[in-house]
Formats: sequence, structure tokens, C-alpha cells
Amino acid sequence: MGEGQYRVDDGLLAGLNELDDEGIAAVEGGDEDRLRSLLEQMSERVRSGGEPLDDGDLSPSDLIIPPSDLSLEEAKELFSGDGLIPDLPAE
Amino acid sequence: MGLMSRASTVVKAKFSKLIDRAEDPNVMLDYSYEKQLELLQNVKRGVADVVTAKKRLQLQTDQLEGSVVKLETQARTALTSGREDLARVALERKSAVQQQLQGLDTQVQGLEAQQEKLVASERQLSAKIESFRSQKEVIKAQYSAAEAQVRIGEAASGIGEQMADTGLAIQRARDKTEQMTARAAAVEELVEAGTLDDFTSDGSTQLDRELAALASQSEVDTDLARLKAELGPGAAPKELDPAAKGTAQ
Repeated sequence: MGEGQYRVDDGLLAGLNELDDEGIAAVEGGDEDRLRSLLEQMSERVRSGGEPLDDGDLSPSDLIIPPSDLSLEEAKELFSGDGLIPDLPAE
Repeated sequence: MGLMSRASTVVKAKFSKLIDRAEDPNVMLDYSYEKQLELLQNVKRGVADVVTAKKRLQLQTDQLEGSVVKLETQARTALTSGREDLARVALERKSAVQQQLQGLDTQVQGLEAQQEKLVASERQLSAKIESFRSQKEVIKAQYSAAEAQVRIGEAASGIGEQMADTGLAIQRARDKTEQMTARAAAVEELVEAGTLDDFTSDGSTQLDRELAALASQSEVDTDLARLKAELGPGAAPKELDPAAKGTAQ
């Protein structure tokens, strides 16, 4: 999140999904350090193994990795109600 | 549901409000583009705010570092004048300011890294909006209303994600800056007021406080011993410097 879009292949995606599952476990277990380290690993894999999309490309993303300094509290917010994202000021 | 899919769902839901606005694809395209420009302005303003706050913090940090030097000088002067009690107060104050400065410095560096990312996302967002502008004319000219709906939906949600994403990054950077500004202000107050009584009492446990007091005490003792050694045994009490007395009290 906040670092642009990348195209990833199936192998990398499978790895991301495994880390994602561990991330959920970390949130449930209340382990913030573990969660952050997992999110950082996820972002790092995409940065190093993914293919960056052109800045002008308008494709929507299939998946978004939350920011790697996500707190447990924010992770919980992500799963409840409006989530993390502030309301866009466009209303 | 995983973290990644949940984050995407939340982002998409936020933006779908924007693209459901108009029936006529042409109207929707123009409306959507106007909104994007408006949001881009907000993003630019947000980035600028964070940059300004960071600069102010850096300036504050510099000033506080200056006050560490000043307190050291005051301690030296006090000791030369045979006022060990005043020297101790000055060194205690110095130690407290140094402790606070350490954390602040790391945080300012963190903000610096975040700022670079923000500027990069702002640039990406501008590029996407520009791309949307040129694509919307193509869509208007070449597609039937039904097809245009689909294409606009895709393009707009691609941009929407980027906007929500950048918006969140800015909000987080702002929150961090606010916390840091509050902390820097507290240290400044400490320097100005010279009261250390409640210094360690915010949020720390009794044990933390005792440990901090011990660490700070021994640091002060070491500092005091060093100053004494530097000044030599011949540092007999001299006439008290009224200026130094006034500022160290």
C-alpha cells in the first residue's frame, strides 16, 4: 500500500497467501511485531519479485498489501465497519 | 478473509461511491475527472503539510541540541563557581533532554522515509489522472454507452485505489507528525520551565520510572565527575557569575 502497483506471478502469489494466513494468525494472537514483520516480508517479495506497473496504467489491483507499520488496532479496524481508509473528501 | 483481500475490499468500497454518480457515461467521465483533480489538490496539500511539520521538528531538534550544549556550559560555570548543586541541576536537565531527543531523532528520520514514499505516490497519482484524462476522450469517441460504462468503471476504480491509498498514507504521516510535535513541545517546555518532577511520569510504570531515575542519576554523577576532573583540583570557588546563576536556577 502506498508504494505503487506490481504484477505478480502465481508462484509469488501463493507465497503471499501463506504469509497472509500467518498474518491473520498474528492478528488473532495479538502479536504486533510478528504482524509487521510478515507485512514487510510481503511487501518486500512484491518489490523484488513483481513487475512494476507503468505509472499511467489504470488497472485496478486484485489485492492490496496493508502498510507494513500497521498496528494491531488498525488491523482490527480493517476487519470491522469502514476499515482503515479515511472517507474521501469528495462527498 | 485475508489481510490483503480485506484491504482491497475496503479500498474498492470507498471508491465505488464516486463512480456510481451519473447515468450518462460522458457526464460521469467529466465529473470523475473533476473529482480526481480536486482530490489530487488535497493530496498535494497533505504532502506539503507533512513536509512543513517535519522541517519544523528538525528545527526544534536542532534547538534542543543547542540547549544540551548550553546546559553543559552552565554546569561547567556552576562548578567553577563552586556550586555543585547548580551543576547537578543543569546536568540532570541535560540528561532528561538528551533522553527525549534520542527518540525524537529516530522518529524524524522515519518521517523522512515516509515523506519520500508520499511524494512518489503523489507523482503516480498525477500520472494516472493524466492517463485517465486522455483515455476518457477515447472512451467518449469510440464506445457505446454500455461499453463505456464498463471501461470507465475499470479506469476509475484503478485511480480510486491510488487515491484511497495515498489518502491513507498522508493521514498516517499526519498522525505521526502530530504525536512528534506534541513530544517536541513537551521537551521544549521542560527546557524552558526547568522542572523535571513529572518528567518520567507519562505512561511509564513505577519500575520504569525508578530505572530511568537510576540511569539518569548515574549519568549525572559520571558527568559531574568528568567536569570536576576536567577543571582540575585547583578549581577553587571563584566569584559567582550572576548570569550563570540566573539561568541555571
